[in-house]
Amino acid sequence: MLEQPIKVTNPSLEVTDLTYVIKGKRLVDHLTFQLSGPGITAIMGPNGAGKSLTLRLLHGLITPTAGSITWKNPSASHAPTHTQNKPPTQAMVFQKPVLLRRTVAENLRYTLSVQGFRDKARQRPLIARALERAGLTGLDKSPARRLSGGEQQRLAMARALMTTPDILFLDEPTSSLDPSSTYAVERLVKEANADGTKIILVSHDIGQAKRLADEIIFLNAGRLMEQGPAATVLTNPASKAARQYINGEIVTADHTL
Amino acid sequence: MTDLYQAIITAFELIASADADLLEIVLLSFQVNGMAVFISCVIGLSLGAILAVYHFPGRAAALVTLNALMGLPPVVVGLLVYMSLSNSGPLGVLGLLYTPTAMVIAQTILITPIIAALTRQSLELIHSEYHEQLSSLGVSKWQMAQTLLWDGRYQLTTVVLAGFGRAIAEVGAVMIVGGNINHLTRIMTTAIALETSKGDLSLAMALGIILIILAFIINALVHFINSSAERHAYA
Repeated sequence: MLEQPIKVTNPSLEVTDLTYVIKGKRLVDHLTFQLSGPGITAIMGPNGAGKSLTLRLLHGLITPTAGSITWKNPSASHAPTHTQNKPPTQAMVFQKPVLLRRTVAENLRYTLSVQGFRDKARQRPLIARALERAGLTGLDKSPARRLSGGEQQRLAMARALMTTPDILFLDEPTSSLDPSSTYAVERLVKEANADGTKIILVSHDIGQAKRLADEIIFLNAGRLMEQGPAATVLTNPASKAARQYINGEIVTADHTL
Repeated sequence: MTDLYQAIITAFELIASADADLLEIVLLSFQVNGMAVFISCVIGLSLGAILAVYHFPGRAAALVTLNALMGLPPVVVGLLVYMSLSNSGPLGVLGLLYTPTAMVIAQTILITPIIAALTRQSLELIHSEYHEQLSSLGVSKWQMAQTLLWDGRYQLTTVVLAGFGRAIAEVGAVMIVGGNINHLTRIMTTAIALETSKGDLSLAMALGIILIILAFIINALVHFINSSAERHAYA
């Protein structure tokens, strides 16, 4: 793992009136919620709910039309003053892994280099460990884009975890994978979470939410329908939309409970 | 028909015997065009990468201008460079008119927009794919441009070869600013024009054959590079 001055364990997030409008269409509509705790939060909802958009807004890939996203760092209260307001380090894995036109090892090395770790002697053990963790040992010299879909996604995970981020955003990382590849990716997610990385995951898969999530945020048509412990939301959803979704029915845009 | 047949035979004899005049012309062609392509690459690859990554007010106008410059008429470029370098021109004091340097300048002006515009097109495609991932990794725009240049290296080799192909076949501008002076500024295309007008078809044909062979080699290289890149999944 990379040497970092302060590991921001248990970062908390406060989202207030988060709104994203494009071409007059309100895709994310006044989302207000808080996230705290080191666990795995799943953002769920039907197509067009604004899940991936919300993830991108939280990660800072796009700028909200209105509202605020505030990261807090309670675990750093004991840390030196200059680190207390340090924003949590973040990484993201996309639905379709975007790998550089380079070898597997060079994809990992790139991440280290852009983070300022350019010493190849120091990079080698980190790359070897990341490959081992992702089950890609021996493939370091293979062109990354020649790997199978599951291997590509594991490489994308390994790359995201190279810098031991405080927060890892996952946008439907297993939506196009077979069960064994899904299992391998989920194992990496659990390991990362056990190592102290907060996971925020977008998923359509109710089974995956049961397996991984501690907490669920349910969105519909850009609005927050409900938020709660995964066991509660999945077995006894409070909102009509979540009930319809979990029961496999067509989710209406009705925002009532 | 007999004349043409005889010209082709003599042309092959000139090539096979490595005729000194022929070699001198071919060598100068490579020197002038190689240097022009090198300078164009330094400017054009950088400019193309910047245009692929950076979005700024007036970018659309810059792209339209760049694309328009791809079709610059060589004789007009030749005329402009001639006027700039002639004794009464702003750069006349440099005394570059009718020198290989003047030819390099004219060729660079002609090729740079081609390399820049094609680079921009190639890298913009990669950028649309990489943008979110690289932003997520905290990569700066400058690092992004460097990354695109490296990851687009196979496509860019094709771009550079296209620029070289355009340069080596160019005649109008280099004729005007170089003057087609024997042993000084005579390159393949200008020599072909001159020898044809003199009726010495053998040398013209020999040079033409070399140009055609070059065109084949360049296209074969482009094909090989593209298929090699695809085979290795770097494309």
